Amino acid sequence: MAKKEKEAPVQNMATVYIMGKQHDVPAEATIMGAIEYAGYQIVRGAGCREGYCGACGTVYRMPDDHKIYTGLACTTLVKPGMWLSQMPSIPSRKAIYDLDDLTPNTNVFLELYPEVFGCVACNTCTKACVQGLEVMDYIQAAKRGDIAAVMDLSFDCVYCGLCGIRCPAEITQMNVGLLAKLLYGKYLAKESKELTRRLEEVRSHEFDKEYTLLMGMSRQELSDRYYAREIE
Amino acid sequence: MYPEYMNDSLNKVKETRNKRFELAMTGEHVYPPMSADERQDVLNSSHPDFKSDSRRPVTIGPNKDEILTTEVAEMLETHSRIDPSKFDLSNPDYETDLLIIGAGGAGCGAAIEAMGKGVKSIISSKLRMGDANSMMSQGGMQAAVSPTDTPPTHYLDAIGGGHFDNKPELVRALTEDGPEVVKWLEELGVIWDKVEDGSLRVRHGGGTSRKRMLSSRDYTGAIIMRALMDKVRNHADMINVLEFMPTVELIMDDKGQCAGGILYNLETKEYFTVKAKATIIATGGFGRLHIRKYDTSNHYGATGDGLAIAYRAGAKLMFMDSVQYHPTGAVFPEQIAGFLITEAIRGAGGQPLNKDGELFVWPREPRDIESSAIIRECLENGGGIKTPNGRVGVWLDSPLIEMIQGEGYVKKEFPAMYRQYINYNIDIAKLPMLIYPTLHYQNGGVEIDADCKTNVPGLFVAGEVSGGVHGRNRLMGNSVLDYNVFGRRAGRSTAEYVQTAKLGKLTLDHVNKHEQELKDAGIKTDQISPVILPSYTPESVAKRQLTAHLEGTMR
Repeated sequence: MAKKEKEAPVQNMATVYIMGKQHDVPAEATIMGAIEYAGYQIVRGAGCREGYCGACGTVYRMPDDHKIYTGLACTTLVKPGMWLSQMPSIPSRKAIYDLDDLTPNTNVFLELYPEVFGCVACNTCTKACVQGLEVMDYIQAAKRGDIAAVMDLSFDCVYCGLCGIRCPAEITQMNVGLLAKLLYGKYLAKESKELTRRLEEVRSHEFDKEYTLLMGMSRQELSDRYYAREIE
Repeated sequence: MYPEYMNDSLNKVKETRNKRFELAMTGEHVYPPMSADERQDVLNSSHPDFKSDSRRPVTIGPNKDEILTTEVAEMLETHSRIDPSKFDLSNPDYETDLLIIGAGGAGCGAAIEAMGKGVKSIISSKLRMGDANSMMSQGGMQAAVSPTDTPPTHYLDAIGGGHFDNKPELVRALTEDGPEVVKWLEELGVIWDKVEDGSLRVRHGGGTSRKRMLSSRDYTGAIIMRALMDKVRNHADMINVLEFMPTVELIMDDKGQCAGGILYNLETKEYFTVKAKATIIATGGFGRLHIRKYDTSNHYGATGDGLAIAYRAGAKLMFMDSVQYHPTGAVFPEQIAGFLITEAIRGAGGQPLNKDGELFVWPREPRDIESSAIIRECLENGGGIKTPNGRVGVWLDSPLIEMIQGEGYVKKEFPAMYRQYINYNIDIAKLPMLIYPTLHYQNGGVEIDADCKTNVPGLFVAGEVSGGVHGRNRLMGNSVLDYNVFGRRAGRSTAEYVQTAKLGKLTLDHVNKHEQELKDAGIKTDQISPVILPSYTPESVAKRQLTAHLEGTMR
């Protein structure tokens, strides 16, 4: 499918306020699409454009509504009347550590992110989460030292950081979740004995002979072998 | 939700599902895999690379007169951003052992490995660290870890998928390092999906003869990239990351060695010179060049910058006549057109179906074959479904996965996919997705050897920007493995190289030569490269951007 031409006629338009300035944009555009339609060349505020990298965290308000809303510009649709600003960068303190020296328990959070213990359980972080994660629940789990629960609940975090700037206890939740995931992967996940065996085989050059055979084959020999191979 | 007019077709998908489920459970192939001849036929008839205007000879540089992808040839035949005479290279702004260009998976992996050998580095990053295709990989990473598999079996799959064009030493490096990479990443904190006894959970991908796809739910790339970034951030004394500072030219010395780069601060518009004993290009791919006007699954900065700067410095390109279109990009809703639908969906039992709810291709052909079959079904066989915006696609039956793997599987194993669609009121556990191939991967690139060396001394290349590993078609899960294997190899070989490297007098003469070549070839253009960022400014805005001279305080 050819890329859609930008100039295709657009029927439905919506008025939005990009950093307070009024623009008419296609009513079904994403926030990112709307910003670009309005003529901005984004430098900060776009990364993967598919909801994985967290570069495009955006805050907005709606007319006659006091609430602050959040979304990723790449995956959130515009709404008529919305007033939006992208967050070009979010200041956050990441603890500096060597993962090899850490022990996976409650103390690790106490030492590296003591502010976690100042959580007032207001749930504002959860409300701010663009991924719909139970952020407050994983912060509570961190207080209990339940690393597996922090890992699981924070798994889909895209590190936009919007929870952290809404938090009255000034926690950087995303960094707490990351630490838990790294600890889980390194220390708590069960060891794979199959992998250990395979590593021994590779390190003792058990496959050298077969590699030499395959690498010495003509194109035709390789092709014959490939199409005749058994598929699991 | 899908528009009403699609209901007939959706009902047909539902009607055929039980029959397809029963067939899938027999363990037999649900559709006959193609023979070598059938593969060639479908490529010739339907793959975008085989259209008459999709390739043309490049008229300048190390690959002069070789046939390349048209958009790549056009990009290489453009001006430099800089005027070499304005740069004083005798007093560089930074001096370092190692300059790494690109802060995705390969770049960060290289920095970490070089650090392990005591070598400091500077990373030049166009956007933020990790804003890269590496972050976006959903489905997984191939590595031969299961008892029924071996690294040489992986080798045969990879080289067959690449139509036997791949450089053998690179395929061996890729597949033989696989198990080590799995272990290395786990030590860095990556969470692999595992089964009860701790064994790694493996799935099929297109073109795999064994279940070899390892994953971290469908955030595999993100989990890996975050672990690499965290390691980098913990060692700011050894790795200096310069964000929003892409490298726009390499610097050479009078002995023909690569000696660093010119960095451009995207915000202050300043240029900086970096002198380095060794340089690694790890800038990723070119999806944002929108080859043949295709939508792309790639990140914002994937504009092929590394190709442009390496080419001017004399580096040879390999397989730059070949583009990967991923079989399953979204075509509906319009807002997510081009977004990637992970191949793991098919690995778990999902099936591509035409408007009548029937299979027309084996779901696990290599990517170029699967894509071509989907394009043929839509454009030649009339089996596609049209979207309200004039696109066309076929169904990807995800509800079938729930029948095969058990209820709840889709939401648990594919949370990113589920979230992407539920935003638009489409529950992919209950309804299929509408898909069409999307521009996904740069199969070729700068030719390297197994130590990531190029034909230019001091210049190393790793990851998607390199060429040779995948031949003319990469298999699923081999790019995540690629950026890890060759990122690490580049870090290790440069760490060794810098111990004895001696630089001469720095120069930008190669840029002058490039401009002269353009002139001699009679090329008249106002385009420059690296492209840095794509423009999505609509025509209605562009026609008012009338500044006569792009100098001064405001453009």
